[in-house]
Amino acid sequence: MARLWRNRWLLAAGIVAVLAVYFLAGASIYVLVPALALLAAAAMLPADAERQSADAAAAIEAGGLQRLSGEYLAAAVADPLIIFDHSAAMVHANAAAFAAFGGLAPGMSLALKFRAPEMQALLDGILSGKVAADAVDYTEKLPVERTYRVSASTVGHATGLYVLVFKDQSETRRIDRMRADFIANASHELRTPLASIAGFIETLRGPARNDPAARDQFLQIMQNQTGRMARLIDDLLSLSRLEMKPYLKPGTEVDLRQTIDSVIDSLGPLAAENGLVIDREFASGWLVVPGDRDELFQVFENLLENACKYGQSGGHVTVSIVAAEDAQQPGFDVTIRDYGPGIAEEHIPRITERFYRVDVENSRTQKGTGLGLSIVKHILTRHNARLSIKSEVGKGAAFTVHLPAR
Amino acid sequence: MQSVHIASAYDEELKFLSKRIAAMGGHAERMVEQAVAALVNLDHGLAQKVIQDDLVLDEGQREIDDKAIIIIARRQPMATDLREIVGAIRISADIERVGDLGKNVAKRVAAVDGRQPNSLFRGLEALADLALTQLKEVLDVYASRSVERIGFVRDRDDQIDAMYTSLFRELLTYMMEDPRNITPCTHLLFCAKNIERIGDHATNIAETIYYIVTGDQMPADRPKGDKTDQIVLPGLIPAK
Repeated sequence: MARLWRNRWLLAAGIVAVLAVYFLAGASIYVLVPALALLAAAAMLPADAERQSADAAAAIEAGGLQRLSGEYLAAAVADPLIIFDHSAAMVHANAAAFAAFGGLAPGMSLALKFRAPEMQALLDGILSGKVAADAVDYTEKLPVERTYRVSASTVGHATGLYVLVFKDQSETRRIDRMRADFIANASHELRTPLASIAGFIETLRGPARNDPAARDQFLQIMQNQTGRMARLIDDLLSLSRLEMKPYLKPGTEVDLRQTIDSVIDSLGPLAAENGLVIDREFASGWLVVPGDRDELFQVFENLLENACKYGQSGGHVTVSIVAAEDAQQPGFDVTIRDYGPGIAEEHIPRITERFYRVDVENSRTQKGTGLGLSIVKHILTRHNARLSIKSEVGKGAAFTVHLPAR
Repeated sequence: MQSVHIASAYDEELKFLSKRIAAMGGHAERMVEQAVAALVNLDHGLAQKVIQDDLVLDEGQREIDDKAIIIIARRQPMATDLREIVGAIRISADIERVGDLGKNVAKRVAAVDGRQPNSLFRGLEALADLALTQLKEVLDVYASRSVERIGFVRDRDDQIDAMYTSLFRELLTYMMEDPRNITPCTHLLFCAKNIERIGDHATNIAETIYYIVTGDQMPADRPKGDKTDQIVLPGLIPAK
């Protein structure tokens, strides 16, 4: 048919000629029909050999790619990749793009989704046709900071399609930041115990040189201080590690019942020492959520440890797991409740900040580093989970972790 | 294709509005982000940049107003289209306000001397993170039109109010400790208030989006968690 179309002018001329002969000569219809058919057949014949070979080459070229459909190609790219049309509406996105940017849907305008000024400029530039390919650095600050090198280019020639490829560079950026943060935090927080150790050394070498009782006492204090420094460094390192990899490996699952049981077992000695009884109220059934076991272990360990340390006067601590009531987002609520002095309302929104302490003295005597809840918050952000804190002064505190099920 | 269908030109005009809103939103997000960064790091150069950037948003709002009025006059829009256009006017006004608040934070950088404790700046940063998350999510909903995800806005509003109340109390404490703190702390108090207001504008935008998509007003059970009107620190109670 394509050939018929290509040769349409020849064909039309032929038909006119045949018809003219038909009318002028008054030949019978039986002559006319075969004559027209013959003309059509002639037009169907290849016009020239050169064009034919060009067609064949194009067919092979297109066939090679068509067998590998664009979707398969996009899926094979590990970086987020989004294909869009001339109105910046999304046509296709690969799985990595869906995982990295929530809320994508075909037909959605990319100009509305990527609102940062540099992304707007990139999209405008490529769509206006001024440049065929361009790249910018794009940073998303929230919910976790991510930096991408985004390159945009046209797809093929005159297909009307364009592609955005996001190359994740968060890692390098974060390592730089981590170094700066670590130095700032560590130097600030290590200065106090260091100053006290230095002071005691001076005293031991000077006035207390020959006083065995004082020497023993001072050495004990120094040991406590070095212990505190070690804990601080551990916590800072684990926080930095968490900030280094803000996403979770997908696909792993955690059995909440088993994890929390082992947390309770590991903190048994501390609870007994503080005269506390830990009650368990676990819902029956399948208590499994997606997540990383070691990290969730640390979350519950930190929360339960806090409850044991600060809820000492309450006599008991309750750990409960229930299915979340929220119908829109199925999941589990794990609540760790103590019956100690509670937390004043004005501190509640801020206790997850680094080094925020409700009571500095009390925190020091309990060997707190001021980082425990900060770590909890970080891990929960990675798990797409939330922490809510309810407390009234004198009535204890309840820390609830809302973990979404898949 | 050379022929331009009348309805498709109309569509283009509507699309232009939403695209412009998104660009304004992105710009406002960036301004607030940079204003808070300038405040926390006492970066005067960055603060100046934010102050100048506000012009872009003013310009954007004027453009959207003009375009919207022309569309209403020429196309006589009905139902969803009309809501879309009126919504665009309202959202652009909210975004422009967000930009003003960001600019105001940036202006106050000069008045803060950085002698205040680190925890205060960390608190402001955390407050700004909450407000910006809310703004980002709301603008994402504007892009995807998935209004069923809009419930989170109120959750977040509570958190912002609680955080603001806590910062308010902390700032008052510093001012009582040392009168030399009063000037910088008052400026920081206004910064906190501005950031809290950004959260309120995000909530307004969420309500407008809900109205655009559904045609109904969002149920009006907006909780009020700002308790700073009740804060009186001991020693400040006037003797009678």
